[in-house]
Amino acid sequence: MYRSRLTTQRLAAVFLLGCLLFNYPVLALFNKAVAVFGIPLLYAYIFLAWFGFILLVAVVVERRPD
Amino acid sequence: MLAGWIVVLASFAYLGVLFAIAWHADRRADQGRSLIANPTVYALSLAVYCTTWTFYGSVGRAAATGIGFLPIYLGPTLMMVLGWFVLRKIVRVAKANRITSIADFVASRYGKSQLLGGMVTVIAVVGVIPYIALQLKAVSHSFSILAAVPEVVMPRAGEVPLLQDSALYVAAIMAAFTILFGTRHLDATERHEGMVAAIAFESVVKLVAFLAVGLFVTYGLFDGMADIFARARALPQLERLLTASDTAAGYGSWAALTFLSLLSVLLLPRQFQIAVVENVNEAHLKRAVWLFPLYLFLINLFVLPIALGGLLHFGPGGGVDADTFVLTLPLANQQGALALLAYIGGLSAATGMVIVETIALSTMVCNDLVMPLLLRRGWLRLRERTDLSGLLLEIRRWAIVVILMLGYAYFRLAGEAYALVSIGLISFAAVAQFAPAVIGGLYWKGATRGGALAGLSAGFAVWLYTLLLPSFAKSGWLPDDFMAAGLLGIELLRPQQLFGLTGLDEISHCLLWSLLANLGAYVGVSLWRAPDANEARQAGLFVDALRAEETGHWRGRGAVGGGTAAQVAELLALAGRFLGPDKARRAFERHAAARELSLDRLTADASLVHFAEAQLTGAIGSASARVLVASVVEEEPLGRDEVMNILDEASQARAYSRELEQKSQELTLATAELRAANERLRELDRMKDDFISTVTHELRTPLTSIRAFSEMLHEDPRIELAERTRFLGIIVGETERLSRLINQILDLAKLESGRADWTSVAVDLAPVIHEACASLSQLYKDKGVALTLEIEEPLPTVMADRDRLMQVMINLLSNAVKFAPAGCGRVKVGAGRTVMLDAAGRTEAALRVAVADNGPGIRPEDRETIFEKFRQGGQDVLTDKPQGTGLGLPISRQIVEYFGGRLWLEPVAAAEAGAHFVFTLPLPSGDNAEQQKA
Repeated sequence: MYRSRLTTQRLAAVFLLGCLLFNYPVLALFNKAVAVFGIPLLYAYIFLAWFGFILLVAVVVERRPD
Repeated sequence: MLAGWIVVLASFAYLGVLFAIAWHADRRADQGRSLIANPTVYALSLAVYCTTWTFYGSVGRAAATGIGFLPIYLGPTLMMVLGWFVLRKIVRVAKANRITSIADFVASRYGKSQLLGGMVTVIAVVGVIPYIALQLKAVSHSFSILAAVPEVVMPRAGEVPLLQDSALYVAAIMAAFTILFGTRHLDATERHEGMVAAIAFESVVKLVAFLAVGLFVTYGLFDGMADIFARARALPQLERLLTASDTAAGYGSWAALTFLSLLSVLLLPRQFQIAVVENVNEAHLKRAVWLFPLYLFLINLFVLPIALGGLLHFGPGGGVDADTFVLTLPLANQQGALALLAYIGGLSAATGMVIVETIALSTMVCNDLVMPLLLRRGWLRLRERTDLSGLLLEIRRWAIVVILMLGYAYFRLAGEAYALVSIGLISFAAVAQFAPAVIGGLYWKGATRGGALAGLSAGFAVWLYTLLLPSFAKSGWLPDDFMAAGLLGIELLRPQQLFGLTGLDEISHCLLWSLLANLGAYVGVSLWRAPDANEARQAGLFVDALRAEETGHWRGRGAVGGGTAAQVAELLALAGRFLGPDKARRAFERHAAARELSLDRLTADASLVHFAEAQLTGAIGSASARVLVASVVEEEPLGRDEVMNILDEASQARAYSRELEQKSQELTLATAELRAANERLRELDRMKDDFISTVTHELRTPLTSIRAFSEMLHEDPRIELAERTRFLGIIVGETERLSRLINQILDLAKLESGRADWTSVAVDLAPVIHEACASLSQLYKDKGVALTLEIEEPLPTVMADRDRLMQVMINLLSNAVKFAPAGCGRVKVGAGRTVMLDAAGRTEAALRVAVADNGPGIRPEDRETIFEKFRQGGQDVLTDKPQGTGLGLPISRQIVEYFGGRLWLEPVAAAEAGAHFVFTLPLPSGDNAEQQKA
């Protein structure tokens, strides 16, 4: 009964996290001419954060009711 | 190696495959085995978001701005997280209200306004036309490039004569294909299962094609990603692409694009069509919120490597449009098959977008623009037509053709001035104008039709002025000078530096001003007046769409799926708990009988649930009934309103119970009073019995003695004269006593019943006392009792009855002489002024009279009882015959109290023997006032 509300709250929090991750100023922190394993830092950061974000959403939404 | 006919053949073959898939899916749907009732298919069909913009344009954008192509995909990722609230709500509303397009949605929200529906349609058509042009441009270019093989040639559309322009043919073929696809038959729900299946398939094709090209470029042409980036870093022109521009404008533009795409993924007509109208089950959203972003992630993974690879391969100024790298890179490396695959991928991206977009737009044009006009003009002659479906399909087909031709026209007019992505963004900015009306309408009940109309018009006008007209101007189709000089030569009105705002790119600039105007007008005009009844009702339906679910969802589900026998039993048990098992069972049996079922074959469907709830409502109130039934039928969260309703009902019940409690308390009190009254009545009854028995006893005593002496006189005539005289004397005395007794009883009865005759005159008590003493002086002398008077002359007068006061005095004096010892007895009468307390506790001036004797006195415990009737002082101690009637003191007290005074027995010190009777009488108020003054 409480379950769907918890999901809603988690998603709202995840949304805010996403807004933070993919915007100034967090983005500016990674906006440097540095490479990790040959990949530019900004590029690597955005794609990793993006993937992690999608994973987080999937976990929140698909979690079995506890 | 790739002849033109192969490309054409491949194109038609691909379209044929699509058609086969659609046909198959439609057939499966008719058989009730839907192909698309699957969350993965739903998520894939949402990827219709990725058009040739993504397929070709992203690479071009990345080649120009590096990472700047990404916000267009981050926005939807964020939106899908919100999709759980927003999209789900829209889906719920759309299903409940049979909404078939975004125009329908907005119109319905604001009181089913046709004007609003038409306006949304116009904005959508005008706004989306550049987007369609983008697809035409991409497809015709890709075709031209493939057809020109082995040369890698950049097409120049503007220079081609109309009839040789491949884009025209592409538009025509797409129109034909869409008509075949989407308007074969009419569906009341406007759902197209076959189309959705084909779109999902296309999403797979374009992803596979793009990943294939990406892998080829990254690992075929280059030595992995690190290699590409390392080489790019070596070139100064490319190195800047590896970081974002680190300026406020750069980040502002980034945020603006994210926001814009966030809105677009919800508001684009085709996204609305796929995500809302074609949604089979809202539970599918659950997978889509992460699978669709994952799709976006994958299709963007190789964008930057391809862009950088292309730039490295052809050189930054190599004469190859970066928008075509996906195609030209394989071609330049003799990968004909891969190029063909890439072409097919691009074609699938374009056809997917064009099909869904034009179907959605044609539905809107037909339902919200043309039909209302036709109906209003009365051109339909509806009475003569019974079947309008042919007409509707005709309108839609023409709408599709017109929209695609408009797209082509825009492509011819303005298409060459912009890169693919820039054209698409113009459309994004247009549909973003729906955001206040749609999202505001979902959460704000106060929004009105006027507000929505004003907001949409204002936003659309600003968009036209700051984005669409400049795009014509840049293509040379409008005079350029209004761009530089502003409208009418006013510099502040320059379309892309409106009111002097500079430093923003054109999209952010337009987005800022148009949404500001839109939102301002929307809110401002909405607040102008309260929503009318129609708007308020629709607002309630839309805004509370999800709330209804929180307790009411089971209704819908119950109606669709039906419940189990266990639920029927539970409902019955629940109803039984409140109504009584027998009554509940009878009610359920009646319900079953009404539906021609037996009780055990009843299912817990919506009607039974409603029935059970109705039964319970009578017993426990509607809110509680709803919650209880919900608890049985399906576990659903409790809405805040429900809780409030329950609280209301509970507090009402509490108020009732408190009232009841109060009543019962009052009742208890009344009962106690009644009991006390009853008790008093019994007491009085008992007293009456006592009184009568005492009176009869008192009467019998003298009667007995009278009778005895009379008989003696009667029977014995020889009694001596002296004896006879003594006997007669006794008889006379007893008779006197008898009549006195009877007089006093009558007197008392009169006093008690309040029927006594009273006179109330000013009485001077001194003569009364003197007279009383005089009348009893013989008695005193006979008994040898000394009587002394101490009267403070002159006594004030009191208001009283002289004779009655005399009666009191004589009674007190005769009592005193009765109990005073013979010979040495002393009786003292005192009279004077005093003060007494009145009933209210105030002091008032009074007259005090005291009669004291030196007799045996009264025992303290008898001090009050002697004022009771027939209770004579000392009667039980003295064995001799009672000396009075026992009524004198009660009568005296009654008299004194009648005149507002008191009569009591003053307690005396043990040393002083005797009884000390005192009475007071209040002085008239005149004397009182005098006294108080003194």
